[in-house]
Amino acid sequence: MKNDPVDVLIIGAGASGAAVAWSLADTKMHILCLDQGGWMKPSEYPSTGRDWEAKFYGEWSSSPNIRKRPEDYPINEENSPIKVVNFNAVGGSTVMYTAHWPRLHPSDFKVRTLDGVADDWPIDYDALTPFFEENDRMMGVSGLSGDPLSPLTHPPMPPQPLGLSSPIVAKAMNKLGWHWWPSDTTVATTDYEGRARCINLGHCTPACAQGAKSSTDITYWPHAIRAGVELKTHCRVREILTNEEGMASGVVYYDKDGVEQFQPAEVVIIACNGVGTPRLLLNSASGKFPNGLANSSGLVGKNLMFHPYAQIYGYVEEPTDSNRAPPTCLWSKEWYDTDLSRGFVRGYGVQFVRGAGPVFEAVSSEQKGILPWGADHHRVFRKLNGHRLGFSAICEDLPEEHNRVTLDSVLKDSHGIPAPKIDYTISENSRKMMEHGLARGREVLEAAGATDICINAPIPWGGWHLLGTARMGTDPERSVVNEWGRSHDVKNLFIVDGSIFVTSGGVNPTSTIQALALYIADQMKQRLANLFD
Amino acid sequence: MSDSNELTSAQRDDLRTIAAMIVPASDEYKVPGADDPTIQADILSTLGRDAALVAKALDHLAKLAGKPLAALDNARRDAVAKEFRASGGGAAATLVRVVLQCYYRDDRVLRSLGLELRAPFPKGYVLEDGDWSLLDPVKARGGALRRAP
Repeated sequence: MKNDPVDVLIIGAGASGAAVAWSLADTKMHILCLDQGGWMKPSEYPSTGRDWEAKFYGEWSSSPNIRKRPEDYPINEENSPIKVVNFNAVGGSTVMYTAHWPRLHPSDFKVRTLDGVADDWPIDYDALTPFFEENDRMMGVSGLSGDPLSPLTHPPMPPQPLGLSSPIVAKAMNKLGWHWWPSDTTVATTDYEGRARCINLGHCTPACAQGAKSSTDITYWPHAIRAGVELKTHCRVREILTNEEGMASGVVYYDKDGVEQFQPAEVVIIACNGVGTPRLLLNSASGKFPNGLANSSGLVGKNLMFHPYAQIYGYVEEPTDSNRAPPTCLWSKEWYDTDLSRGFVRGYGVQFVRGAGPVFEAVSSEQKGILPWGADHHRVFRKLNGHRLGFSAICEDLPEEHNRVTLDSVLKDSHGIPAPKIDYTISENSRKMMEHGLARGREVLEAAGATDICINAPIPWGGWHLLGTARMGTDPERSVVNEWGRSHDVKNLFIVDGSIFVTSGGVNPTSTIQALALYIADQMKQRLANLFD
Repeated sequence: MSDSNELTSAQRDDLRTIAAMIVPASDEYKVPGADDPTIQADILSTLGRDAALVAKALDHLAKLAGKPLAALDNARRDAVAKEFRASGGGAAATLVRVVLQCYYRDDRVLRSLGLELRAPFPKGYVLEDGDWSLLDPVKARGGALRRAP
């Protein structure tokens, strides 16, 4: 079935797709977004039920391979020590994220110049500054301006309370003379733009029933839809088609009833994340583009970066916040910048974790062997439960071409579309960085008086950040899109998600992903008259 | 291995026995064991997508025990349990997790832990503001972002 053509077709309604849709809406062009998922119902979120923790192991798992909702697609990740986590719905993975909200640092855009590794970005931090600010207002950020080791931010809401856990960490960090600061988060600490303030429902990573945690289904999308953007749900795009001139002509997708449709478009924007985007481009191979669409560089799918997480946690005598607060509270940038005396180049950010709920505590501690079976179980559990503190080093992953997304030769999704396959190894540099982070984390925990220290390095299901697989750059032989997100090969095809990252920094990327999407939308608006030149 | 999502009677017996070995009842803490009928009923009624792996784990357990787990003497039962946890892989881990996730939502257990018997939403929890003067040393120390050319 063929539909009426649209001016702009956006694929994916997550973090970047929502931002670009909202920004382009003021052009009054006919904009359509297709998403393979649907609208979520907050009344069905885990925290509304007594069995909230059990749901994390099944229908609300962060892994699509475990969760297996109809909206999910399978991923072959056997050849990766880090597994992909994501969410497929309107709002994308912002429905299921920690809301931790650091930005890349200015130095992250000049990695080659400063440290002689990887590549510089074709843009700098200053180009994104107004879009970081705009995005913080749209998403609704809480935090405390003035962190001496982070880029200057102006959060519109005050920071989260310190609670019980943060002061314990803060005292330990102060004892060691190390930097810490309350995290910027997209958790509303006051009523904000129609969203109710946080009431500490517990671990809000798998969606917030209160609507206090910002996800694009409740931030950007209502604005974009009011401005005229059309959003069709449960529509899974199979491939992007091109015409004789090598321009994108539209997409083939399966609608909510499974019926194949063709949607013509003047401009196509991909916002499917660092795994979904290369999957779509590779699935769009044709006679004219035999190696996949927009892939004359051969770099589509390559340079996958995850951020290996080195997590260390322990148990203090004082009570911690357990599950009675958002999961993250503080960050540290003490080890963010390169210091070659540490034995590795680049660095890592740290996020401190407030604690765990009783089921997660029991299950993870039993698996670690610190919670015994038998008569002593009860005594030990009472010592652990409600006393956990965590330290996670978010290690900068440098781009390596052998870390990649390809198409699996066998595995397919429910529509028969070839699934992605991940091949990924943790580099020696990252391993040294993780070891350094674990050693520092141990010092912090010991300074806090923690015992029973446990390690997850890497966190196996820690592939939250999917970056680098369609990198931006000025050289068509070394990049997939140009410095404003347009494909070098297909002049009406844009990419706005994390796949265009050149390097990963050592922080959670969503803030930067959205600022980039807004920047690209702004560049498009400035060039509407000659967008395809 | 069992094909059905329904556990057999023998499997249920072994599940009850191994659950009590994981979390026995305690007079000291005034809590039931994980073999308590209410907790067992919760486990069985909410197995859902875990049913196949739990059944696989119980098949493995039965193989190790050679007879109903409850029929073994204490020393042999402990040895089998240890071997089950060590060699049972993901299936054994799933069984243990299913037992623990049902145990730690039982009203009597939560009460014993001093936790409220409710979903987090809509009441939520109160988080104290804390001592913000802890930031003073960080502010005093200062610092600078690495310059980018």
